[in-house]
Amino acid sequence: MKKIFFLTSVCTLAIFFSSCNKDIVDQTEIYPALNPLRVDENAGTWKPILLTSATEFPCAAPIATASPDYRIQINEIKTLQANITASQEASIKYWSAGAVLRWNEIMRYLVAKHNIPPQQNADGTYPIPDPNNPLAYPTFPFSTPPYAARAYAYLSAAQYDACIAAFHYKSQYGRVAPFIIDNSLKSFLPKSSQPSYPSEDAVVAGASVEILKLMFPGDQAFIIQKAEEHKLARIIAGANVRSDMESGESLGKLIAAKFVQRARTDRAGAAVGNPVIWSKLESDCIARGEVAWISQESPKRAPMLPLFGNVRTFLFDSLTMVTSVRSPAPPSTSSLQFKKELDEVYAFSKNLTREQLAIAHFWADGINTYTPPGHWNYIASNEFVSQRFSEARWARNMALLNMSLMDAAVACWDTKYTFFQPRPSQMNPLIKTVTGIPNFPSYISGHSSFSGAAATVLGYIIPTKSNDYLAMANEASLSRLYGAIHYRSDCENGLILGKKVASFAVMRGRIDGAE
Amino acid sequence: MELNQNRIKSYSFLNNSRFNKYILFLIFSGLGFNGFAQTEKDKLMMKKGELCTSFMYGSASWEKYWEGKLERENLNLGKVITKTARLMGNYGISDKLNILYNVPYIKTKATAGQLAGQEGIQDLSIFIKYKICNQEDSSDGFSGFLVGGYSTPLTNYTPDILPLSIGLQSKTASLRALGNYAFKDFFVTGSVAYIRRSNVFLDRNSYFTTQLNYTNEVKMPDALEYNVRVGYQKKALFVEAILNNFNTLGGFDITKNNMPFVSNDMESTQVSAHLRYDTKFLKGLAIIADVGTTVAGRNSGKFSYYDAGLIYFFNLNKTSKKNKN
Repeated sequence: MKKIFFLTSVCTLAIFFSSCNKDIVDQTEIYPALNPLRVDENAGTWKPILLTSATEFPCAAPIATASPDYRIQINEIKTLQANITASQEASIKYWSAGAVLRWNEIMRYLVAKHNIPPQQNADGTYPIPDPNNPLAYPTFPFSTPPYAARAYAYLSAAQYDACIAAFHYKSQYGRVAPFIIDNSLKSFLPKSSQPSYPSEDAVVAGASVEILKLMFPGDQAFIIQKAEEHKLARIIAGANVRSDMESGESLGKLIAAKFVQRARTDRAGAAVGNPVIWSKLESDCIARGEVAWISQESPKRAPMLPLFGNVRTFLFDSLTMVTSVRSPAPPSTSSLQFKKELDEVYAFSKNLTREQLAIAHFWADGINTYTPPGHWNYIASNEFVSQRFSEARWARNMALLNMSLMDAAVACWDTKYTFFQPRPSQMNPLIKTVTGIPNFPSYISGHSSFSGAAATVLGYIIPTKSNDYLAMANEASLSRLYGAIHYRSDCENGLILGKKVASFAVMRGRIDGAE
Repeated sequence: MELNQNRIKSYSFLNNSRFNKYILFLIFSGLGFNGFAQTEKDKLMMKKGELCTSFMYGSASWEKYWEGKLERENLNLGKVITKTARLMGNYGISDKLNILYNVPYIKTKATAGQLAGQEGIQDLSIFIKYKICNQEDSSDGFSGFLVGGYSTPLTNYTPDILPLSIGLQSKTASLRALGNYAFKDFFVTGSVAYIRRSNVFLDRNSYFTTQLNYTNEVKMPDALEYNVRVGYQKKALFVEAILNNFNTLGGFDITKNNMPFVSNDMESTQVSAHLRYDTKFLKGLAIIADVGTTVAGRNSGKFSYYDAGLIYFFNLNKTSKKNKN
């Protein structure tokens, strides 16, 4: 009896030890190769964001496919294909999912990596990351949600303008892909009969590299290495010759430079403010007769990017923001309404269901994550993969999404620092939270602003699922109430603001020529 | 929406769990209570038909912790305190084969900052202890044991609010080789265990380790544990001095000023003392107590702890007279 018992136990343990491979499946590893349902060959006629026209920057005519130089480039592919390694095949598969998608993921990775607040100095002050010295601690940037929203927007907008130019020159020059020209070449990708000069992968890579270098200057070696892998993958795959890639990359870089120039002067660099500004925010709020926001961190940290509300938006001007986008004043901290909402937060902090906790954590997107804008980029990417958009349409839709997210961040921050409303746990220290308390004023909720904007743009792009996106946005918004870090009016007004911002993107989408 | 549905799926089973209402908040101290008196690590055996059961209450706390290898404090946590009430037992299937169980209820809190403390029933652990070398308890010399263990979370607490989670939500299977050498009233016990830890699932669909992972599943490194104890046993008194080391085989360091994560490279070394004293007023009843402190670690709290409780020995086998342990 006891031997049987013992043996059974040993066997059970043995099975447990030997079974269950612990390897996990990353959802981004299983994306199929991009094989667009519509090629969008007219994308060269779409309305660009910053470019004056698709031809603002030149792209020299390609060499003839009958030329000896072109033969040399074909032979380069043959040599590479003959000596292909397993890691190169993996690289081809990785990049085959799409250039806009993969460069968006690369930015999400960098955002998450850098989304950690600097540690305090010994004297209780906090060091501020320095873009001119990005590798010294605290490394630059601290990619907060507003920083991230802006980074995603510049990336997507530059990719979009780059795609418009590339598609214009493709139509103009009409040089098709090497695997069409030379049948003996192996094709590792779905064969497209569309022109391959200049390569849309290369313009996206070239534009992305410049924006990423600006936003994450300490990661240049990594960024450049990714671009090299991307270019090589397209060549080995037989989809592009080297001149397709080089011309595309140069064009992408030229176009991105225009965005870099805009970013340098969009006032984000001054968003951190200074001690005079920080204390004025507080005294102004007190002068209005309200309780002013105080950092809940120890030691107290300066409010996050108080001047981010001044950053130049993409979709509307600063006057429009103040007159039509900014949220109305929150309930006064001395009002009955405020007390009611504070009590509601306290009730959630005392009695949260397991499902509400899961919702709070699912949408938290706090430190060391890709932030809420990154979460919506991930959601959008999964949707767009299943929609099988062309690179140009990917770029256009991501640009609409991310310009909305950035402008929502700007408008949200404008509202936050206009009112400087304290967090629930400041007003009632008994309120404990299940997620980190963001270090900036409560009204309005950033998550709600982002989610309202993203859901509206996605619903415009994929109308059949618009109700699903709105349901997700509502859940994301409520998650902040469940987390006990926001009042209900923060969440509701955040959603309203986000939707308002996104309506400007939808208006743009209706007339950009892509519909 | 797909994502959303996946997420909802991932926790929907909760709604059916009869534990659901108990488990609002959770956890831990991924940082391990390996130092508590846990009889899978000692030489003690129940005889056939004997059962001992104990109830213990203890408190562990830390203000310093290791971020990677750097010892630091965090003013936004202050002191992290974990209180544990646990029910343990040991039953003799035969003189050579024992089964042990252990169920803790854990409550955590931080004295600073606003992060909510967690509480709930944590994991059920079961061990099968088999004496392979047939050494008489009363005589000097060597005895050897094999201990197989299994643990599983009893509630759906979240492992993703470290350092306040009540546990790591990983199922474990362990195999321990244990040797004991007795000389008169003294003994020395040494053991080593390999602990297989199952992957865990978070409530979110991506997380950062050294890269960004797009899944709710976290690959958990297995762990090794060493335990050495030197003891003295005479009449009603049983005391041990214990050194315990728990070390994950892999995982990653907490980056600077970041929060801990469930699959960190955790290491923790404790020294502790264990006491058992058989009471005179009720035969079979003993008091037990432990005190210990952490002397080295990595990505874990530098905690000190104490606990105390009562242990009672039943003899379910009427033919056997008295337990020797």
